[in-house]
Amino acid sequence: MMMTQTSTPTSNTRKINPMGLIGRYGTFAAFLALVVFNILFTPNFLSWQTLNVNLTQVATIVIVAIGMTLVIATGGIDLSVGSLMAISGAIAPMIFMGGLIPIDNMAVAVTLSFVVPVIIVMAFGWFNGFLVTRFAIQPIVATLVLFIAGRGIAQVATNGNLQVFKNEAFQFIGMGRVMGIPAQVIIMLVVALLAHCLIRYTVIGRQIIAVGGNEKAARLTGIPVRKVKTFVYVISAALAALAGLIVVARNSSSDANLVGLGMELDAIAAVAVGGSLLTGGRANILGTLLGAFVIQLVRYTLLANGVPDAAALIVKASLIVIAVYIQQRADKV
Amino acid sequence: MNAILKTAAKTFTPKSSGDLARLGVFVALAGLILFGALRYDNFLSPFNILSFLRYNSMFALIALGMAFVIMTGGIDLSVGAVAAMSSVVAALLSPYHWFAGLSGGLAAGLVVGLINGFIVTKMRIQPFIATLATMLAAYGTGLLLADNQSVSVSYDTGFTIIGQDDFLGFPIPAWIAIVAYIVGWIVLERRALGRHILAIGDGEATASLMGLKVDRTLLAVYAASGFLAGLAGVILASQFGAGQPTEGVGWELFAIASVVVGGTLLTGGSGSVGATLGGALLLGIVFNILNFENGLGVISLSAYWQSVIRGSFLLVVVILQAGLVKKQDKASGM
Repeated sequence: MMMTQTSTPTSNTRKINPMGLIGRYGTFAAFLALVVFNILFTPNFLSWQTLNVNLTQVATIVIVAIGMTLVIATGGIDLSVGSLMAISGAIAPMIFMGGLIPIDNMAVAVTLSFVVPVIIVMAFGWFNGFLVTRFAIQPIVATLVLFIAGRGIAQVATNGNLQVFKNEAFQFIGMGRVMGIPAQVIIMLVVALLAHCLIRYTVIGRQIIAVGGNEKAARLTGIPVRKVKTFVYVISAALAALAGLIVVARNSSSDANLVGLGMELDAIAAVAVGGSLLTGGRANILGTLLGAFVIQLVRYTLLANGVPDAAALIVKASLIVIAVYIQQRADKV
Repeated sequence: MNAILKTAAKTFTPKSSGDLARLGVFVALAGLILFGALRYDNFLSPFNILSFLRYNSMFALIALGMAFVIMTGGIDLSVGAVAAMSSVVAALLSPYHWFAGLSGGLAAGLVVGLINGFIVTKMRIQPFIATLATMLAAYGTGLLLADNQSVSVSYDTGFTIIGQDDFLGFPIPAWIAIVAYIVGWIVLERRALGRHILAIGDGEATASLMGLKVDRTLLAVYAASGFLAGLAGVILASQFGAGQPTEGVGWELFAIASVVVGGTLLTGGSGSVGATLGGALLLGIVFNILNFENGLGVISLSAYWQSVIRGSFLLVVVILQAGLVKKQDKASGM
C-alpha cells in the first residue's frame, strides 16, 4: 500500500493507466471544475460571503470525515458519528445552562461543557471499539447499535425538547472569529494537520495503516491490533463530539432529533471521494479534506442554481458510486 | 457435480450454533406471547392479533429479502428508502387502476434492486457502499416524485383493498407475507438456487470455481430484495391511504435486526427463512408489549426510548451471536 506512493515515478513511465490518473487527480479536477462552473454560472460566487458560508458548512463534515478516514484506514467503518454528535450537542447546553448540576462560575461551566461531552462521547467510541475488538463483531453492525440507540439516548436526555441558548463564550467555536477567520475553520485546519502528521510521522499512524492493509500480518509483526482499532474509534467519537459542539454553537440551539442527522453518509462520501480505499490500508487526510470540499460544493452548486434538495441526494449518490468505482480501478494497476 | 453440491450442502448448514439461535427465537417468541397474554386483557384479542399481523407483514417482507442478501455475505441498506419511494409511486398511479398502483410500486422496487445488483456485480463495489448510495438516490427520488409531502391514494379504484381488507378473515398483507415466506423457504431449502446463495456467502471465489453463476445469483438476490421492499411500499401506501416519502427511514435497520435475531450470520453462508420470520415477529411483539405497557400507565415510555431499546436489543443479539460463532469455530477445530 505504501509502495504505490513512492514507486510511481519509475513504474508509471512505460504505461500510463488512465484510471490511475483519474484516481489520483480526479478529486482535484472535480473540485476545480466545480469552482469554474460556479464562477461562470452562479451569481455572486466570488464573494467573501460565499466563501464564508461554504467554509463554515464544510468544517464539521471535514472534522467528522477525518475521524472516519482513520477508522476506514483500519478496514472498519463508523456509522455512529451522527448520533454521537447529537449526544455531545445535547449534553453541552445542559451543563452551561445548569440543567445537570448548578455551576456558579461561568468560566468553569463553559470549560466543563467543552470537556465533559467529549469525554462521555469518547467512552461511547471506546464501546464501539470494544464491540469490534473483543467480540469480533463487524464494524458496520457494531456501530449500528449506537447509530440506532445513540440518537435515542440524546432524545431521552433532553426529552426531545429543543434547547435554545445564548452563551458567547461557549458559542465561540461556532460563531467566533480569529483574525477574521471563523473559529470552526481554524479547528478544521488544525484537526486536519494533526491527523496528517499522525498518519505520516507517528508509530500509531503507521500501525493504523498496517492493520488495515493486512490485519493478520500486522498481528504477527507484534502490532497491538486491538489497541490500534479501539484507538481509531475513540478518536472518531471525539471528533464527532467536537463537531456536535460546533453545530449547536452555530445554531444557538440543540435539537437532538436533527444534530448530525445523515452525517455518517457525508463523512463516508468525503472519504470515498477523497481517495482512501474503503477496504482499508490507506488514509489520505488531504484527500478527505478535498473530498469534503467537493461534496459541499456540489450541494452548494445545486442549491444556488435552484435544484431541489432531493435531487441533490441523487447527485450525491451517483458521486459516491463513481468515486469508489474509479478508486478501485485505479488501485488495480 | 451433484456429489460436490451434496457434500457442500451438508457443510454449509452449521448444526450447533444456527439451530440453537433459531430455537432461541421461537422460545423467546413463545415466552413473550405468554407474558403478554397473562399480563394484558386484550393481548390475544382478534383485533390486536390482526392489526399486529397487518402492520408487521411489511417488516416481515423486507426482512425476508434482507435475509437472502445477508446469506450471500452482502447487505441491502436501500430497502427502507425503496419502500418509501415505492409507496409514493403506487400512490401516484393508484387513481388509474388498482393494478397500476400495485405493479408500479413493485416495478420501482425491482428497478432499484437491479441497480443494486448491477453496482455490486459489474462495478464490484461493496454492497454496503452500493446500497448506501442507492438508499440516498431512492430517498431523493421519492421526495422529488411526492414533492416533499405525502401523496394521498385513490379510494375509488380499490387500491386500498390490498392493505386494509381481509381474505377469509385474515388480513391480505399477512397472506402476502405468508406466500412470500413459503416461496422463500422453497427457494432456500428445496432449490439449487438456495444452495448457490449459501455457497456464495461462504466464499465467492470458491463458489465461482465450483462453476456457480455468482453474478447472476447475486443479481437475482438483490432484485428480489428490491422487489419485496417495493411490495412493502405498496402495502404501506394502501394500508395508510398515502404514499409517504419519509416513512421508510430506518426500516433497513429493523430488517437487519430481524435477520440477525433470526440467527442468520451476518458473515453469510448460512441462514433460515423460518427463523427470520420469527425474528421479525419477535421485534414486532417487543413493541406491541411496550405499547401495552404505555397503555397500562405503569411506565411512561416516550417514543424516544424505542430507539434506545431497539439498539440495546440489537446489541444483545449480536453479542450472543458472536459467542455462538466462537463456540462453533472451536467445535469445528478452526
